[in-house]
Amino acid sequence: MLNSSLLVATNIDKNFPGVKALSQVNFTLQAGQIHALLGENGAGKSTLIKCLTGAYRRDGGDILLLGKNINPKDTLDAQKLGIGTVYQEVNLLGNLSVAENMMIGRQPMRWGMINVKEMNRYSKALLSQYGLEIDTSLLLSSYSIGVQQIIAIARAVDLSGKVLILDEPTASLDSAEVKMLFGILRKLKDRGLGIVFISHFLDQVFDISDQITVLRNGQLIESVATDEIDSIDLVTMMLGYELGEENKTKHYNHSQGEPLLSFTDFGKRQKINPFNLNIAKGEVVGIAGLLGSGRTETAETLFGVTAHDSGVAKLQDKVIDLSTPRAAIANRFGFCPEDRKNDGIIGDLSVRENIILALQAQRGWAKPLPLSEQKKLCEHYIKALDIRPTDPEKPIRLLSGGNQQKVILARWLATNPQFLILDEPTRGIDVGAHAEIIRLIESLCDKGMSLLVISSELDELVAYSHRVIVVREHQHVAEIIGADISTDNIINAIAANSVEPEYVLKGAI
Amino acid sequence: MNSLKRLAPQLITLAVIILLNYLVFPDFFNIKIANGKFYGSLIDVLNRGAPVALLAIGMTLVIATKGIDLSVGAMMAICGAVAASTVDSGGSVYLALSLALLAGVICGAWNGVLVAFLNIQPIISTLILMVAGRGIAQLITKGAILTFTDPGLIFIGSGSVFSIPTPILIWIFAGISVTFIVRKTALGMLIEAIGINQRASSFSGINARVLLIMVYVVSGLCAAMAGTIAAADIRGADANNSGLWLELDAILAVVIGGTSLLGGRFTLIGSLIGAMIIQSINTGILLSGFPPEFNLIIKAAIIVIVLIIQSPALKAHYQTYRDTKKPPEPAPAPSSRTTS
Amino acid sequence: MMQSRYLPLIATALIFVIAYALCYLQYPNILSTRVVGNLFTDNAFLGIAAVGMTFVIISGGIDLSIGSVIAFTGVFIAAMLANTSLHPLLVFGLALTISASFGAMMGGIIHYLQMPPFVVTLAGMFLARGMALVISTESIPVKHEFYTFIQESFYRLPGGGRITTIGALMLIVFIVGILLAHRTKFGANVFALGGGIQTSKLMGVPLASTTIGIYAISGFLAGLAGITFSLYTSAGYSLAAVGVELDAIAAVVIGGALLTGGSGFIAGTLIGVLIMGLIQTYIIFDGTLSSWWTKIVIGILLFVFIIMQKGFLLAASAPKK
Repeated sequence: MLNSSLLVATNIDKNFPGVKALSQVNFTLQAGQIHALLGENGAGKSTLIKCLTGAYRRDGGDILLLGKNINPKDTLDAQKLGIGTVYQEVNLLGNLSVAENMMIGRQPMRWGMINVKEMNRYSKALLSQYGLEIDTSLLLSSYSIGVQQIIAIARAVDLSGKVLILDEPTASLDSAEVKMLFGILRKLKDRGLGIVFISHFLDQVFDISDQITVLRNGQLIESVATDEIDSIDLVTMMLGYELGEENKTKHYNHSQGEPLLSFTDFGKRQKINPFNLNIAKGEVVGIAGLLGSGRTETAETLFGVTAHDSGVAKLQDKVIDLSTPRAAIANRFGFCPEDRKNDGIIGDLSVRENIILALQAQRGWAKPLPLSEQKKLCEHYIKALDIRPTDPEKPIRLLSGGNQQKVILARWLATNPQFLILDEPTRGIDVGAHAEIIRLIESLCDKGMSLLVISSELDELVAYSHRVIVVREHQHVAEIIGADISTDNIINAIAANSVEPEYVLKGAI
Repeated sequence: MNSLKRLAPQLITLAVIILLNYLVFPDFFNIKIANGKFYGSLIDVLNRGAPVALLAIGMTLVIATKGIDLSVGAMMAICGAVAASTVDSGGSVYLALSLALLAGVICGAWNGVLVAFLNIQPIISTLILMVAGRGIAQLITKGAILTFTDPGLIFIGSGSVFSIPTPILIWIFAGISVTFIVRKTALGMLIEAIGINQRASSFSGINARVLLIMVYVVSGLCAAMAGTIAAADIRGADANNSGLWLELDAILAVVIGGTSLLGGRFTLIGSLIGAMIIQSINTGILLSGFPPEFNLIIKAAIIVIVLIIQSPALKAHYQTYRDTKKPPEPAPAPSSRTTS
Repeated sequence: MMQSRYLPLIATALIFVIAYALCYLQYPNILSTRVVGNLFTDNAFLGIAAVGMTFVIISGGIDLSIGSVIAFTGVFIAAMLANTSLHPLLVFGLALTISASFGAMMGGIIHYLQMPPFVVTLAGMFLARGMALVISTESIPVKHEFYTFIQESFYRLPGGGRITTIGALMLIVFIVGILLAHRTKFGANVFALGGGIQTSKLMGVPLASTTIGIYAISGFLAGLAGITFSLYTSAGYSLAAVGVELDAIAAVVIGGALLTGGSGFIAGTLIGVLIMGLIQTYIIFDGTLSSWWTKIVIGILLFVFIIMQKGFLLAASAPKK
């Protein structure tokens, strides 16, 4: 029976000082299977992966590859044994050609030198099996992330050939790219590869996987065939409790008063086409759209990260300057960016310094916030947002993603903004913190703050938005208001294929 | 208390080197007054260390922003030349000082604009002035060593106030005032913020450009003071040799002082101690009667030892050793080695 | 299709041609084979050292020690020839072994102790200069029939110009350098390192041997540049070649390499060296300009190239797909 099992891990233990990261975990991957590995942050899935690929040394248990006991000492060793890994951030080199990336270390040689022609030909032929017909002599950086991802997969499969581990491969892809990727995964599966697939997107998991294994707190919860489980059960397993209110849709009936902010013909060439947008006090405007559609670009243009080159912005009928983040902040704007690590946190500074940063920048360097006031602010927000650990002097980089997100929220709340832009506020954070942030959004808007929230999780948008703007191909294409807001309507608007933008403004403006 | 603990390795290093100096030269701590001025080896360390200490002040701030200023030596030459040529052509010492400082501000602003507005990497931006600066200085001195006899300017290099040599007073005063300004305002934190993550800092409303230009201007000002002291000391502006390789000493002082070349958290006091460590080494070699040929070798050896002690690789080993004894903290993001 | 990564190289070549044409209009003699031959001879040691620097810079590092290593090699050779009866070729071999090991040692420290190359090679710079001073603080003349033989063997070009042995040596070093950088696994690894150390590691690039190899090559070529310098000046002086590392860095940048690493051309460095040589030649032809203008013009050129690269990078980062 074990004959068809490609990779069998039994009773894997991994301890970090003081923490049991994995305890007696079993994991079995069949050849020709796509096996989803699920769990909250800290559940142990990346630890398990790292034990399989040799990035960590396991403390106990056995790993059998095709019935043979293996002990990979690092990822390269695992690769030689047949286990290849592709990470979310494409771990290839943009300054090398596509062919060099695929062939580095094993370039075909002729007369003691690299046979560049053969190297380009081989890699081109290899990629064409994946439906990519590209010039492999060009730099990798001249291709989109989606193409780079496929190149990384082709490379990993070519090098290892038995097991392919994909760690959040779809996180930075748009839906067309995801579709292409899944097509490739199915082909690889048919070729007999075993694929481990880690993703936060449950619908993708249901779409692509054959088997689902759920981990929680370093323990195996269950491993089931995908068609024998539904999403509610899956979430229950992952969380250990039922999801509450957050799954239901609430339809607000927000009476739109005088707009607080109005943007007319606001846009930036090559980023987002000019759009009109009004936002009332206490209103939550959701932005839906695929990655690269122009949703983040909308936020960045509003906040002055990329200065707009057309249109005007008015705050209660007064024209305002939004050419830089500083100008936007002066108008009491706030912005929690999508890329928390690179655009949000100041890693080495303490939680306290991260919280007061925007407020201090606003006051200017010459007027420092007294330490006692800093401490009071931090104490307040650490309590109000339930930031953990509670020590304000801890460097923020040591916090989990969800807590970092809360610190950045606190940074803006401390400046008392009237308009807050949140770009993917719940991306990459665990489900518990997820629910808290959604509650926070609702309570902020109850207090009269206006919000613009970008999210790829449509349920979430439906739950808190008074209005949803749909963005497609750098254009605001539809606006869905009040009771019309539903995932179906949003999906229809995103998927609509009209050449002419159907920019319909419904409701009062 | 806390900062004392953080600077312990630097203070211990300094103490050990001074002790070594004392062992090879028992008169090291002897200080006497002659011509109304303190004399002695210890004073000599403080006095000779003035240019590097001054440069280290500006360099610390620049390095904290994840930058580096390779042009400080060349700026010293330019500013020294400006001061010398001003008194040479009949200007007062005050005019000479003002023009030298102005030259420092202009040079610093040039570097700052390249870094802040054109987004050119600091090591590259300041390389330009490092290469061209000595040419400019020679242009001012017309290729010769420009000597002067103005007593006011000479006072900057070899005069004294309350028996303390002027250069010592200048660097200590500069060190204290910059530390005070940086730590009593929010400047220090904002500089650290842009050094750690400039993009996120800009998103939070920090005016990174102004701060960047500011730190390069401070570096230019420090170089101007150092250049004036160096010129006043030899009573002449030597465009070829003034401040030659001092940018390297200044960077070393900062690194030895405990500020990472990768930017972020900085300590000015650490850098000043670093400058004194370097100068103690120089003086010690001189005093020990070692043939001066060995200066550079010994200096290199000591740099290597100090740096190995501070090496991130060794620190990581020490960390894992400590972690096996203590409960761990959540794993920090893997820090990638960046090249400067 | 024209690949955009070659744009900096083309720009450098274009500037060189235009600059040469302008000089030619003013002083037609500047195109004589005599001047061209001297251009190669006079800049041979800089060119050889700059090839090593190109590898280092492509890998994202920097080597500040090369000027000192050139001086050390020169003094070492002169002292050996003055005090022993060893044949110069044997002494050259010894000198190259020492300089390559010296570079390898710095590479080892950079890799194993994870210290910034800037600081490590700075210590190397002090060390090599110090060693040179310890051997001799005075300039030591070299008098050996082998030197005379090398100096008098050259290839005569039509028009009276000469390709000297050291000029030819530089060209050979450049050709070998080009092949090593663009046609070997080692070369690909050097570029990979410049693209990102962590990623390179994950991709299986041997970090230790590549890093050590890069600095060993730089040390070796600095040693070879020292030999060239010794042949050029017939002397060894411990304070010679001060600041050559700066000239080499300037040549590499003018040659189209990114100081951040990951991109660069050995052939571009040759043009960079020739541009710098051309400036000096022009100043000599002019006769009224002072030598410090060289530094200022090189500074301006650096500025122009850096701004130009900025422009290329901006153009390259325009929306793709």
